[in-house]
Amino acid sequence: MANLLFYTFTFLTLAGAALVVVNKNAVNAAMFLLLSLVGTAGLFVLLDAALLAFVLLLVYAGAVVALFLFIVMLLDTTPGAVKPFKPATIVAAAIGGVLLLVGVVSLHQRAQLPTAVTGAVSPTLKNYAEMLFTTYLLPVQVVGFLLLIAMLGVIVLSKKFADPEDAK
Amino acid sequence: MIIGLNHYLLISAVLFALGFLGVLLRKNTLVIYMCLELMLIASTVALVAFSHFNDTLDGNVFVFFILTIAAAEVAVGLAIIVALFRQRHTVQVEELNQLKH
Repeated sequence: MANLLFYTFTFLTLAGAALVVVNKNAVNAAMFLLLSLVGTAGLFVLLDAALLAFVLLLVYAGAVVALFLFIVMLLDTTPGAVKPFKPATIVAAAIGGVLLLVGVVSLHQRAQLPTAVTGAVSPTLKNYAEMLFTTYLLPVQVVGFLLLIAMLGVIVLSKKFADPEDAK
Repeated sequence: MIIGLNHYLLISAVLFALGFLGVLLRKNTLVIYMCLELMLIASTVALVAFSHFNDTLDGNVFVFFILTIAAAEVAVGLAIIVALFRQRHTVQVEELNQLKH
């Protein structure tokens, strides 16, 4: 049963990702990104990280994909003519692809990654909170500050200044 | 067959490769952004898998930070794309080459 779920979610994730890449229409690409994210959330549940799956769906599917769709529909994104690749690009891409394939296959076949059981921590909400407010307190503060800066940056970027002198 | 760490790492690697392929292949800035998000998601899958199979919680906590950074990055990036569109009236990367010459 767990294996079946694993393969289903894997299929959703990878098929969604592949369709994001090959789809000509940006709205459809955003929808397949959503599908891929749902598959990833399923994988997170299988990895005992239900809270992360929930946050992933909330932040990505709720906010990020909605923002993407909003911008895609706001801007006129007619697909332009695709230029053919140069021969050098094709050769470089083929070599890169083969090297990547070798890397992935050798990782899958030969990687010796023993599961080192140290202090077993169950992924409960209490444990998350304890880590976020003790070990990772400074990163939490820094990330909060970063969100504030991002918000200010977005306001400055999207504001229309009446006079170019105002922008300085 | 037992699903182990290697399976999840394989998914992560393939997802990252698909995202990278999209960044190289696509000409639409918005779709390139979606493919960047796919690469971030691939890294989170690897982190959660390592965390699960090593019985720690540090990787999961790290994923929280990645999600936060990704949300901020999308907001700023899309604002930049809108500002760019306002000036140039296109989002195709091959037409956005005024820094080249």
